[in-house]
Amino acid sequence: MKKFRVLWLIVAAILLITACGGGGEKTTAPDDKKTEDAGKSGDTIKVGGLAPLTGDVAIYGVTATNGVKLAFEEINANGGILGKQVEYVVYDEKGDPTEAVTAYNRLVDEGIVALIGDVTSKPTLAVAEVAKNDGIPMITPTGTQKNITEGKENVFRTCYIDPFQGVILAKLAQKDLNAKTVAIISNTSDDYSQGVKNTFVEEAKKLGLEVVADEFYTVDDTDFKSQLTKMVALKPDVLVISDYYKYVALISAQAKEVGLESKLIGPDGWDGVLETLDKSNMDAVQDALFTNHFSVKDTAEKVKNFVDAYKAKYNESPSAFAALGYDTAYVLKQAMESAGSVDKKAVVDAIKAIEFEGVTGKFKYDEENNPIKAVTVMKIDNGEYVFYSVEE
Amino acid sequence: MELLLQIINGLSIGSIYALVSLGYTMVYGIAKLINFAHGDIIMIGAYTSLMMIPVFAKYNLPLWLTVVPAIILCVILGVLIERICYRPLRNSPRIANLITAIGVSLLLQNVVMKIFGPDFKSYPKLFDFPPLVIGRVRLGINVIITILLTVILTILLQLFMQKTKYGKAMLATSENYEASKLVGINIDSTIMLTFAIGSGLAAVASILYVSSYPQVQPQMGSMLGIKAFVAAVLGGIGIIPGAVLGGFILGIAETLTRAYISSQLADAIVFGILILVLLVKPTGILGKDLKEKV
Repeated sequence: MKKFRVLWLIVAAILLITACGGGGEKTTAPDDKKTEDAGKSGDTIKVGGLAPLTGDVAIYGVTATNGVKLAFEEINANGGILGKQVEYVVYDEKGDPTEAVTAYNRLVDEGIVALIGDVTSKPTLAVAEVAKNDGIPMITPTGTQKNITEGKENVFRTCYIDPFQGVILAKLAQKDLNAKTVAIISNTSDDYSQGVKNTFVEEAKKLGLEVVADEFYTVDDTDFKSQLTKMVALKPDVLVISDYYKYVALISAQAKEVGLESKLIGPDGWDGVLETLDKSNMDAVQDALFTNHFSVKDTAEKVKNFVDAYKAKYNESPSAFAALGYDTAYVLKQAMESAGSVDKKAVVDAIKAIEFEGVTGKFKYDEENNPIKAVTVMKIDNGEYVFYSVEE
Repeated sequence: MELLLQIINGLSIGSIYALVSLGYTMVYGIAKLINFAHGDIIMIGAYTSLMMIPVFAKYNLPLWLTVVPAIILCVILGVLIERICYRPLRNSPRIANLITAIGVSLLLQNVVMKIFGPDFKSYPKLFDFPPLVIGRVRLGINVIITILLTVILTILLQLFMQKTKYGKAMLATSENYEASKLVGINIDSTIMLTFAIGSGLAAVASILYVSSYPQVQPQMGSMLGIKAFVAAVLGGIGIIPGAVLGGFILGIAETLTRAYISSQLADAIVFGILILVLLVKPTGILGKDLKEKV
């Protein structure tokens, strides 16, 4: 029986280690859940937050909530909203739609008057479906999927939607890069990637651009050379890489390797690509353009103040997610102040009528509760993000 | 012309599959064990190399030399895994070995995740030379190095197996366990040597992998391990030239499917080929049908 004992020991050791891993992650949750500047109890405005603070997409959740926290700290230091301090309670949903809905119900039970969140599209959509029936004002800072706000009076967002970026990219290719032929490569397992791709192809055709290649890959792929080798012979003027920075880093480096000379452009998922590429591979994305929500280099006073305050508090440059989180908190403040109360219906109506000017630009809402706002275009030059233009 | 380029692309990814599948095939041939932790040895190799880069850069050594510490660590790790996890179970039912292998794989992934975080890390350019241009054909240096190195290492391994005492001992052990014991072969050290060589080759594969795909992450070994395992089965598991042939076929099939049929079907076709081969010739392409004498 000795051999079985050894086996059990190994199994136990593995279980212990994986359990420790899980436990370690969970312990961070209550820490992030801590309430911000609670003020006198009963005399506060309780705002709920949902975000993935652990798990695969934690980086988005952490930076977005950092932006919200910074904004509420500023607001509280300046006297709060309607004379009351804001209490911001965030629950971790690990990027999972089921956990997000559970956490949302818990927040509602705790008596929140508004919700900031969720962060990524899938859980946001799940929560929005439930929040629709409650009529509670809900603003997602970063949920870009089109149908999140559709048909939901009380659900808003601060970012623009995926398809909009495809339109902007097609215009950019034609107007700024004088492209006649374009190629696109996208991830078939990703809604975001496909959302941008579809509208790009549609708009490109409308503008008279020739789409010479429409290539795909799937989530586990690391080798894109066969798709890129095919494009070399077609010589497209522009190649759109429609995905997040992890893939952009691999695809751009391999494009360089197989000798593809097209100009590279892409959507806001590119933000972070320079941090992902090693210095020795930086020339792969030289002169590439991508759309984003704001520029850290923007010299406008509002943006500069935000960037400085964020750097002082968190010791790093704010991402677009942080900026969107920050703006969302201020949208809520402005709406509550113009409504003069925290009544659900009044706040929803006030958001609907808002004319807001924040770090990520000036906007008001269209009939589908999407912000009508300008897109910032960034350029990569010598391993740095440079402000390129603002596209309407 | 494009077809030629695509085949070279396929050979380059196939070479990496081949190097990894050598580890699967050798271990299976000798210890009759599918070492599912083998894919994660590659991941450890890649992280070791990444960690050593600042040190090598400081002394102005070429970065590809980080393969040396990677090989050393992977060999030690491979031998340790065999000694601690597999040897005590050598006479247990196969299923116990299989479960342990999966456990070791998860253990390695989780330990790395705990130390370095779950996110991927970028990796610098290893071979910083201009590409080779012949007419209209343009070949990256890492592609050429990957293919050449795989061929050279396979030939060396084959020579080692056939010409040296240790190689012959390995062949004998794979043929018949008990009989080799009777003629005085030390089974323990032979199996240990198998794990050492397999892990060393995995370390080389890891460096070639990051030279083409400059990112490392804790789960990078899983899919690569599965593909390499498929390559080993395709060529005939337990047969060294079979592993290399299987790797090349897999790489080329994958690349050509992406280029001329559909990138969504690449994995489906790869696994389809495997099923087809197993149906027609269950021992793999180079496998011999051994009739057991009673």
